[in-house]
Amino acid sequence: MSDGPLLLTIIAGYLGAGKTTLVNQLLRHANGTRYAVMVNEFGSLPIDEDLIEAEGDDLITLAGGCVCCSYGDDLMMAMAQMRDLEPRPDHILLEASGVALPGNIAAAISLFGNDIEVLGIVLLADAEVLSDQLANPYLSDTVTRQLAAADLAVLTKVDLATPDQMQRARQIVADHAPNAAVIESEGADLTQSILLLSRQDTQQTFGTDHTPHHIHLVTETLPMADAVDAESFADQLALNPEVVRAKGHLTNSSDGRLMTLQLVGRRYSVYPAAAYVKQGLVIIKTNGH
Amino acid sequence: MITIFSARKILTMNPQNPEATHVAIRDGVILGAGNLSDLGGWGDYELNIDFADKVLMPGFVEGHCHLQEGALWSHTYVGFFDRMSPEGEMNVGCPSLDEVLAKLAAAEAKMDDPTAPLPAWSLDPIYFDNQRVNRAQLDSISTERPIGIMHASGHIMNVNTKALELAGLLRPGINHEGVPLGADGLPTGELKGPDVMSPVSIHVGFDRDMLACDEGGMWRFGKLCVRAGVTTATDLAARLPEDAVNLMHKVTGNKTFPARIVPLRFHHGVSPEDLIKHVEDLAPKSTDKLRLGRIKIVVDGSIQGFSARLRAPGYYNGAPNGLWYIAPEQLAYVLENALAKGILVHCHTNGDEATQLVIDTMRRALREHPATDHRFTLQHCQLADTAQFKQIKELGLCVNLFANHHHYWGDQHYELTVGPERAERMNAAGTAARLDVPFAIHSDAPITPLGPLFTGWCAMNRKTASGRILGEREKITLDQALHAITLGAAYTLHLDGEVGSIEAGKRADFAVLEDDPLDMGVDGLKDTRVWGTVLGGEIFAAADV
Repeated sequence: MSDGPLLLTIIAGYLGAGKTTLVNQLLRHANGTRYAVMVNEFGSLPIDEDLIEAEGDDLITLAGGCVCCSYGDDLMMAMAQMRDLEPRPDHILLEASGVALPGNIAAAISLFGNDIEVLGIVLLADAEVLSDQLANPYLSDTVTRQLAAADLAVLTKVDLATPDQMQRARQIVADHAPNAAVIESEGADLTQSILLLSRQDTQQTFGTDHTPHHIHLVTETLPMADAVDAESFADQLALNPEVVRAKGHLTNSSDGRLMTLQLVGRRYSVYPAAAYVKQGLVIIKTNGH
Repeated sequence: MITIFSARKILTMNPQNPEATHVAIRDGVILGAGNLSDLGGWGDYELNIDFADKVLMPGFVEGHCHLQEGALWSHTYVGFFDRMSPEGEMNVGCPSLDEVLAKLAAAEAKMDDPTAPLPAWSLDPIYFDNQRVNRAQLDSISTERPIGIMHASGHIMNVNTKALELAGLLRPGINHEGVPLGADGLPTGELKGPDVMSPVSIHVGFDRDMLACDEGGMWRFGKLCVRAGVTTATDLAARLPEDAVNLMHKVTGNKTFPARIVPLRFHHGVSPEDLIKHVEDLAPKSTDKLRLGRIKIVVDGSIQGFSARLRAPGYYNGAPNGLWYIAPEQLAYVLENALAKGILVHCHTNGDEATQLVIDTMRRALREHPATDHRFTLQHCQLADTAQFKQIKELGLCVNLFANHHHYWGDQHYELTVGPERAERMNAAGTAARLDVPFAIHSDAPITPLGPLFTGWCAMNRKTASGRILGEREKITLDQALHAITLGAAYTLHLDGEVGSIEAGKRADFAVLEDDPLDMGVDGLKDTRVWGTVLGGEIFAAADV
C-alpha cells in the first residue's frame, strides 16, 4: 500500500464508444488490484453472480476486494463514500455517463484535494460514428467538449471503420484533442493493457498490426538508477507527445525520497512510494510519429 | 349517506354547467352540482351549510412541485418574500442581508447543541443588489456550528468557515469555477452548482437526497396544500425506492392526509430499461391518493444556472451552452417504450434546444408507436417559440409553464441570461392558449411557494419582482388561468376524468374560498383567501391543520 492519494481514472466518451466493455475488462483482469468501479447506473455491468459477495442499493461488493457503486445524480457523495471505504481501494475507475463532460468531473474531483487525484481522463471515441456525432447538432458540442478534456484519446472499433471514417475520426481527434495522447484500438484489450501497465505487460508488444489502422506502440523500461528531480522529470515526460502512459518509481534528487510516478497522456501524478518498491519506470510510447 | 353542501357560489370549471349553488356527494364522489331541488332527487341527504358563505372551486391541481417543500420547513426560512409556513405562521421576508443574519442569529439562539448544524433556505441576493454573502458574515452567527443557506434557485449555497472545514474545503489551491476564492486564497463560502454543494450540504444539515421527503415533511406538505387550496399535487422528481413508496402509502393512506400525491419516477441513476420496468412495477400499487407509474425525464439544466440547452443565439452574457442530462438515444428509448406501453412521461426542458430535441424525438417515436392521447408533457418549456408551440400542438404534447419563475427571476433573464426579446416571450402561456396547446402553470415548490392562485396571477399579469411587465402578448385571461390550475394541470397528468372540475362522477375534491376569484379579478387573484379544502368528501380547514 502506498500512502499517496487515491488515484482515479475517468473513462468517458459518448454512448457506444466501449466504456462499459473496458470497465468490464479491467475488472476481469484486476489480478489482485482492488478496484472501486463507479458507474452512472447499474444495469450495463454484466457482473457474474458468483462474483457478487454482497449487494446493497448502490454498492456491490465483489470477490477479490473490488466494489462497484452507482452514483446516479450525486457523484460527489458517492465519491466521498469511495474515499472512506475500508479497506481503501487501490484505484477508482469512474465510468462517466455518455453525455457527461469529463473535464467538469475532474474539476469537481479536485475538490477532494489530496485525498483523491485524477490520474487521467481516458476518452473513448467510436471511430465508425465519430464524424456522424460531430455532424449531429444536438451532440457536436458535447462530443468536442469531451474530446478537449482527454488526456488519452482512444479511437475504438477501428476494425469496423472504413478507411474514410478512420481518416475523418483521426482528423477530429487531432483538431479537438490536440493535447491528448492518441491510440487506436479494436477492442478493449489494448486500452486495458495500457491502463493496467503492470510488470508483466512490459513483455507484451502493443499494437500488433492486425489492421493497417493501428498506431504502433512500443514499451520502454528505464531503470531510473540515478536520482532526478521527480516533478520536472514527469513534466518533461508529459510534454513528450509520443508518451501515452508511464508508471514506476524514481528517486527524487532534492530529498532522496523514493517517489511513484503515474502518467496518462498529458496528466501525471507524483507521490511518495510504498516502502517495498524499487526504482524503475515503464513507458508506453507511440512509434513513428 | 349523501351530503349536499350549499355555497355562496360554486365555480365548477365544467363548461356545460359553469356555476351552481349546491353540490351533492356520496362516498367521496360527486353526484352532481346544481340547485338543491334538483340534487334532492338523489335521495335522503344531510345538508351541510358550513360553506354557505364560501365559494367552492374544484381542488387545485399543482402539476409541478416537490414534496421537498415540506421537508425544507424544518429549516430556517430566510427568503426575501413573506412566506406562510405549513402551520400557518407568516414568515416575514428578509429585505436585507442584515435581516437574514438577524434571523439566523435568532434561530441560533434557540439551539441547545453548540455543534449542531444550522441549515437555512431561500436566500436570494439578487434582491440585495447581488451583494455577495461571505463566510465571515455567517461566522458572526457561529464559528462552532456549520451553517449553510440554500439559495432560492436551489443552485447556490452559502456556508460558514466551520462548514468548509468539515468538508475539507478550507484550504488554498482550490481551482474550480463553482468555488470563488477571497483575497486570502481561501473559498469565500459561496458554492455554486450541485457538484460543489453536495459534499458540504450534508455537513450543514441538508439531507443526502435533497429531493426526498420524510414522514414529517409529507405531513407539512399536506398542510401547505390545504392552505393553498390544492388537493392533487405532483412529486415531480422522485426516485421511489421501496421504503419511500411504503412511506407514501402509509401517509397518504391516512384518512387525515389532505392531498392526492402523484410522484413521477426520476430518470437519473437508473438505466432506461430499468426505469421502464420500475414504473411498470409501481403502477399497480397506486391508490386513489397515491398515483404511481409515471416518468419524469430531465433533459437539460436550468437557465439561471447556465446549464439549460439553448439554440442560437445562446446565452445573452455569452456563457457556453448548457448540458444534456440524458443522451438523445436514451431519451428516444424511454419515449418509444413508454408510448408502446402507455406510460405517461413528463420531460423537463428549460432551454429551447432541449425542447426541440424532445419534439424531434417524439415525432420519430410517434411514427413507431402512434398514440392520440399520450399527454406527454414538456415541463417548464420556458423558451419555446411559436414554431415550437405549433409542433407541440401537432404532436399532441402538453406544456406546463413556469409562470412563477417569470415573476421571481424575469428581471434576471431580461438583463443577464437570455436578453429582452426572449425574456418577453418566456413561459408563453398566451401562445399556448392561442394555439390551443393544452397547458398548465406551476410553482415548482419549493423553488417558489405552492399557491396556484398566485401562479395564476403571475401568468395573467407577467409582472416581475421589480414591477416590469415582461411579455404583454403572453398574458392570459382569468378564465384561462383558472382552467390552467384545475383541468389544465389534471389533463397533463391524465387525471382530468377524475379531478379538476366539479361534476357528476368526479372525486369530491374542492378548494373552499372566502372570496370569489371572478370578483378578485386579474389584479386581485393572488389575494383570494383560502378557507381550506375538501378531499374525497373530507373537510380540511386551514385554521385547524
